[in-house]
Amino acid sequence: MQEIWGGLETTSQNKFPSLKFDIGAVNDGAYMLFSAGFYYKTFMWPRSFWDKVYEPFIRAAAGLGVSPTEEDPDSYASRNLHCDVLIVGAGPSGIAAARVAAEAGLKVVLVDENAEAGGTLLSEPQAQIDGAAAWDWLAAELAALKAAGVKVMTRTTAIGYYHQNLIGLCERLTDHLPNLPADTPRERLWRVRAKQVVLAQGALEKPLVFHGNDRPGVMLAGSAQTYLNRYGVLVGQRPVVLTSHDSAWYAAFDLSDAGAKVQAIADTRGSVNEELLAGARQRGIPVKLGRTATATKGRLRVSSIRLNPVSGGKVGSGEDIACDAVLMSGGWTPSLHLFSHTKGTLAWDDDRTTFLPERTPEDCVIAGASRGLWGIEAVLNDGAEKGREVVAALGKSAGAHAYGVAQDRPGTGVSHKELPTDRSAGKAKAFVDYQNDVTAKDLRLAVREGMRSIEHVKRYTTNGMATDQGKMSNINGLNIAADALGRKQPSVGLTTFRPPYTPTSFGAFAGYHRGGHFEVTRKTQIDLWAEEHGAVFEPVGQWRRAWYFPQAGEDMEAAVSRECKATRASVGIFDASTLGKIEVVGPDAVEFMNRMYTNPWTKLAPGRCRYGLLCGDDGFIRDDGVIGRMGQDKFHVTTTTGGAARVLNMMEDYLQTEWPDLNVWLTSTTEQWSTVALNGPNAAKLLAPLVEGVELTEEAFPHMSCVECSVAGMPARLFRVSFTGEIGFEVNVPAPMGRKLWEALWEAGQEFNITAYGTETMHVLRAEKGYIIVGQDTDGTVTPYDAGMGWSVGKAKPDFVGKRGLARPDLVAEGRKQLVGLLTEDGSKLEEGAQIVFDPKQAIPMTMVGHVTSSYHSDAAGRPIALALVQGGHGRMGETVHIPMPDRTIAAKITSTIFVDPENARLKI
Amino acid sequence: MLLIHCPYCDETLPEVEFTYAGEAHIARPENPSEMSDDAWQQFLFMRDNVKGDHFERWRHLHGCGRFFNAVRNTVTDKFLTTYKAGAPRPDLAALKEGQK
Ligand SMILES: [Zn+2]
Repeated sequence: MQEIWGGLETTSQNKFPSLKFDIGAVNDGAYMLFSAGFYYKTFMWPRSFWDKVYEPFIRAAAGLGVSPTEEDPDSYASRNLHCDVLIVGAGPSGIAAARVAAEAGLKVVLVDENAEAGGTLLSEPQAQIDGAAAWDWLAAELAALKAAGVKVMTRTTAIGYYHQNLIGLCERLTDHLPNLPADTPRERLWRVRAKQVVLAQGALEKPLVFHGNDRPGVMLAGSAQTYLNRYGVLVGQRPVVLTSHDSAWYAAFDLSDAGAKVQAIADTRGSVNEELLAGARQRGIPVKLGRTATATKGRLRVSSIRLNPVSGGKVGSGEDIACDAVLMSGGWTPSLHLFSHTKGTLAWDDDRTTFLPERTPEDCVIAGASRGLWGIEAVLNDGAEKGREVVAALGKSAGAHAYGVAQDRPGTGVSHKELPTDRSAGKAKAFVDYQNDVTAKDLRLAVREGMRSIEHVKRYTTNGMATDQGKMSNINGLNIAADALGRKQPSVGLTTFRPPYTPTSFGAFAGYHRGGHFEVTRKTQIDLWAEEHGAVFEPVGQWRRAWYFPQAGEDMEAAVSRECKATRASVGIFDASTLGKIEVVGPDAVEFMNRMYTNPWTKLAPGRCRYGLLCGDDGFIRDDGVIGRMGQDKFHVTTTTGGAARVLNMMEDYLQTEWPDLNVWLTSTTEQWSTVALNGPNAAKLLAPLVEGVELTEEAFPHMSCVECSVAGMPARLFRVSFTGEIGFEVNVPAPMGRKLWEALWEAGQEFNITAYGTETMHVLRAEKGYIIVGQDTDGTVTPYDAGMGWSVGKAKPDFVGKRGLARPDLVAEGRKQLVGLLTEDGSKLEEGAQIVFDPKQAIPMTMVGHVTSSYHSDAAGRPIALALVQGGHGRMGETVHIPMPDRTIAAKITSTIFVDPENARLKI
Repeated sequence: MLLIHCPYCDETLPEVEFTYAGEAHIARPENPSEMSDDAWQQFLFMRDNVKGDHFERWRHLHGCGRFFNAVRNTVTDKFLTTYKAGAPRPDLAALKEGQK
């Protein structure tokens, strides 16, 4: 609900072609176009028709809203709240329950979606509660509650009831204010965890379903009463009241007492109680019992209503009664939405023709009109009683209080399907769902077309699927569908209520999590240097990584080409800090590593490192990385950047639950180290003068060595490893020293024309050597053998994660997809993800035998290179495969995955 | 949002601190290499899809980091109990009696 204030600007969404010419008025001729099942039947038509003709027209005609294209300028907040008792609804029953709970010393929160607390009391000032006028009683009661520490929250809608008494509240803070205070969020979402919940949401008035019930000026009687008593607005001078419930009689009396000349009270019932008849007589209001309404007239506003007598099921001849408003009431539906969110069960009440709450698994009670009671005295006393119940459930006690209410308006009513008519039912436009323009005729058509359950009828007609979620239409729709099916309502069923209770802004749900706060961006210690040196970044998981470092006038291709050449010609520097790092320590560390990784670790000497491959127990590759043995009982494990958390979780799972006997500690050290990689023929020359503790010679520190030493005066773990095929080092220093290390190496590298490179160059250089990227060249169905890395499998080990899986029949079968290199015949670069076929002349759909996993321009190879998974690829070296593209088919030769320096001569210092 | 009791921390805490970790009481065989293809397939892939009381694993990821077991009703989403990894299956009948 949007409260209005002077100067508020609003626009109508339903104004096509203009407010004064509702296209719906001429739609009867095109009824079949908009009848039940329209959306489903329409899908039979050409798709382009839908996009270009029907959908835009329907959106405009139906007044569907326009989504904003701008970013939301407002801010939103969220907060947690814990309390003993949360009471939803600050009407008489909610207030009475709050009073009892507060007196018992409990922490109580009372919320109401309206601007003021009071509920129905605001519309019924005539009532006298315990001798006080309703509004005086209300003011005193609210003051007493606040004094007792009750948190009373208005403009706060309980939008959803979640597990274990977690209730979501949306508090609207500024939409009602002409002048926005600075630094105030528009809305605040509260997550309330309450020990007990009292639902006191009241009841919702139903329309009556008759031809012409959508004409402007036809409105709910309860609304007219609220307009008058709460806002001082008389909605009509000459209203007619049409009702099936006693409550609308009182609306007629209030309007009459305020000066309106009520033209008639027409009731669908044949008799009503004497008190109502006396009230009408006393005010000179004509009373018409046993009536139906069959039409309204009036351009832009109702000018008359046609009322017909009904007797013995027969509709007599009608009389038109001039009026300027029709106030209707089809009775009241208990508000069970939040109760239903709890998976509470409902029971059909035949007398009241409605569903009532039965049982809920949550610590929750439901009070007042929302469980079918009527009248202020009844709901006050029920609220107090339910308050005592929750107080008792929390182990406290509360005294009894019996409220006495004078000038109360208890009453009853009946519920209907569409009202009977003397005209062709097929021509009637009797609306059930005003928002979605669903009529009684649509619902009957849905049943004729075979819909049997209310869930199907709902989706076929869209009844109850608008933003009000059927608050006005559900029971009327159910009554009509049940009648059409010849069954009782409970056997036809009620549709499921789902959160949120009312439309809720995305902003409220997002809260603070937007823009830069939507997700953390992890940055390395060297990130700022990269930014200062013009890096273009790419996201890798939550990390942002330098992608490439363009110089003036360079595009990505030129920058990457330069970085690759410079690294292979002299030396390149790369920020590898995002690599996942896990410290595996303990007396059983080597046994643990033997069980986790495919490789054997027992014979790996301290000071040496090895490429490790991690599989799942299904035998498929999960992760990889170089692992250094820093000591007899200490391993420095590296993982892929994106896989670090997954690998640690997997290790912890096996360690804690399968092998709790192993004495091993696992610690994530990703954020503890800054890691800088140096690669290139001059890498050792650059680094050697800065290193203390080890000679960087082939003899003293061969490829695949690791050592704790000092680099540029910083304590370091130095690895001699290569992900490029060049002489390579990875220097790990305590994380905060990362930038200092980088700058020291950068400075020392100037004489070698050191070049900073990013992740794209790293990808090219590794692909030239056939090094895989897990998750790019593998996809969760690739074994070490498929990837051509059978050498990493320790076959002599009795067991490791994946050993038994690798022996599964499908994993040892012929014809598995295997990783190979591809070189195109025409020298073009393939697209990553492109599908591969053996025979390009076969009929479509072709048999696909693999796909391209990596593809780059390669200066070192002098042509584009690609990696691909191809069926039986290892046995097809030299064969030609084909890659069909939209415009042509590319032929490519299967090769080894190693395109540069297959003898590894360049690794030698 | 559920509240979950970590049997190691002995605290009842919000669901966001925890991650789900699949069905419980499925022990990895002592000697996988000696298992038949059928038996290994059963261990690797076959899981119950219980409507009702389900024995399952959770991890207190953003807390103590421990894996533990739980019995949760998959219809009501209510936890009957949680217990430490390695402890035997609790007696369901006794648990339900206790909750009445
Ligand atoms: Zn814990």
